[in-house]
Amino acid sequence: MARMKFVCDSERCIECNGCVTACKNENEVPWGVNRRRVVTLNDGVPGEKSISVACMHCSDAPCMAVCPVNCFYRTDEGVVLHDKDVCIGCGYCSYACPFGAPQFPAQGAFGVRGKMDKCTFCAGGPEENGSQAEFEKYGRNRLAEGKLPACAEMCSTKALLAGDGDVVADIFRNRVVQRGKGAEVWGWGTAYGSKKAGQAPETGAKS
Amino acid sequence: MRQHIVLIAVAVVMLTACGEKPQTMASPKSDSPAYMGTGSAFTAPGWKAGDKTAWEQHLKARQQNSQNDYSRMN
Repeated sequence: MARMKFVCDSERCIECNGCVTACKNENEVPWGVNRRRVVTLNDGVPGEKSISVACMHCSDAPCMAVCPVNCFYRTDEGVVLHDKDVCIGCGYCSYACPFGAPQFPAQGAFGVRGKMDKCTFCAGGPEENGSQAEFEKYGRNRLAEGKLPACAEMCSTKALLAGDGDVVADIFRNRVVQRGKGAEVWGWGTAYGSKKAGQAPETGAKS
Repeated sequence: MRQHIVLIAVAVVMLTACGEKPQTMASPKSDSPAYMGTGSAFTAPGWKAGDKTAWEQHLKARQQNSQNDYSRMN
């Protein structure tokens, strides 16, 4: 299996916020923390686009590089997760992340903002799979239940694609061929080192 | 004599900070792979917990069925 990836098809996103709601509900994310959110590009301008943004589980994750306590780890499927028992809430990851994914339950400076929280690709955390401790700290482990992330499965227009990177790329490529436009994928190059979904990264690029 | 003892006691107290134990970076706890399953009753049918290949094939099929509307409707 290739690694897990997210793609948001801006030609299809209708800004319904169904993905945001699905994520909040499935993982019982506390008030004030949004693991996923919908962003409108060029708001109010003809041709504006909306995209759903969360942790992209980057191939070369900047959050992992800057974490001073090494609380991040990557699963065999390429999902970037973290250990809340190790996190000290310094916030370095939030400064490093190009997608604004790391969230904190409280406002304030170092030591007061609480443990970092972010999208887990519905893969839980380092606690026992499906345990109450895992659910309370990280949310539902849908991958271990044989399911895909709730945000993508809930998406009414199937704008948000999640799962095996090769399958995601195939589905998206087929759409672009069928409709003849909309090949731009926001965030794909930043996260996975390739400007176009389904195409190999450029020579020397991080994959 | 007493002054010496006091000085030694003060020095001992002040130097305790020099005896700090070495700190090692705690790595995250090990995480069991997703294909091991959860044992939950809400597990999607069609694959067996612990079988990595079956889990991968199941997820790919689920992805095609739920996200590729061209293959479902055309």
